[in-house]
Amino acid sequence: MAQAAMTETAEPISRPDGLRGIVADFSSDQRAFKNVPWGKAMMWIFLLSDTFIFSCFLLSYMTVRWSTEVPWPNPSEVFSLTIGGQNIPLILIAIMTFILISSSGTMAMAVKFGYARDRKKTAILMLVTAAFGASFVGMQAFEWTKLIHEGVRPWGNPWGAPQFGSSFFLITGFHGTHVSIGVIFLLAIARKVWRGDYDSQRKGFFTSRKGNYEIVEITGLYWHFVDLVWVFIFALFYLW
Amino acid sequence: MEHAHAKTQAHPIGVYLWTWGLLFVLSAFSYLVDYFHLQGQLRWSLILLFMMLKAGLIVAVFMHMAWERLALIYAILLPPVLVLVFVALMALESDYTLITRELFFKAGL
Repeated sequence: MAQAAMTETAEPISRPDGLRGIVADFSSDQRAFKNVPWGKAMMWIFLLSDTFIFSCFLLSYMTVRWSTEVPWPNPSEVFSLTIGGQNIPLILIAIMTFILISSSGTMAMAVKFGYARDRKKTAILMLVTAAFGASFVGMQAFEWTKLIHEGVRPWGNPWGAPQFGSSFFLITGFHGTHVSIGVIFLLAIARKVWRGDYDSQRKGFFTSRKGNYEIVEITGLYWHFVDLVWVFIFALFYLW
Repeated sequence: MEHAHAKTQAHPIGVYLWTWGLLFVLSAFSYLVDYFHLQGQLRWSLILLFMMLKAGLIVAVFMHMAWERLALIYAILLPPVLVLVFVALMALESDYTLITRELFFKAGL
């Protein structure tokens, strides 16, 4: 009975490795993912389902782009900005990419300091991550405004295949929503870390359960996933 | 119990800083592919290469997948690979659509 509470993570027993380990883990009763807290396993499974959603969006983009006989607008020119009288291709998207990567860097360090139980550094790094994320969304709003002013609509644009607009708004819109939700998620958890909820064993107001610093890693997984999706969008939509 | 876990997923900060730096360099490379207007096979092979390297670094280091047990790695990373079958199907489908469109819209049959 003492081991009934299985929500509290790691298992001290040594387990076989390699392929034998996969068979042993999956054939064991109750939990397949040993040494992984349930919250983290569930976040991974959610992210897997989200991967399929973004895959479908990118696939539909690929399909409409390859199947149209009208030329596709050149993203390098569409997303260029004129800075100081010089036309620089794709510059805003490049800046957004660097911002999102930086936010992933600060998030990874927040996870590290969370496990080291350094409340202050964890909370500050999470706030920095959220600030990067918010500025990313701000730049995306700027980009949308610019394109809408230039006449891009989900059903047409001045430069070529009308499917460009629908793919663009769907893919970047869905990704931007993910970033915005991530910022809210980060702020909520950063507040709890700052207040010391995970040291004082304060119960969550909604779940009435005690949390611990694993939530920082789980938040981090979501955040890194948002960065990961952007890697694919950047390569397949903006650079292709 | 938490300490046992902390031991497994607490890594030196240098690992993260190095990954961060590498991601910056790889992103700069993929931006330069566009900046220098590389075209054709060279362009898309470089784009895909940098994309996969960046994705791998994020998943392996930032998301700690490199330190997880194989059961989780396979459960999470294998299903997305199967999406490639879907990619192949839709590539064939879009080729077919393009051929029919060219036949009807351009040739005016």
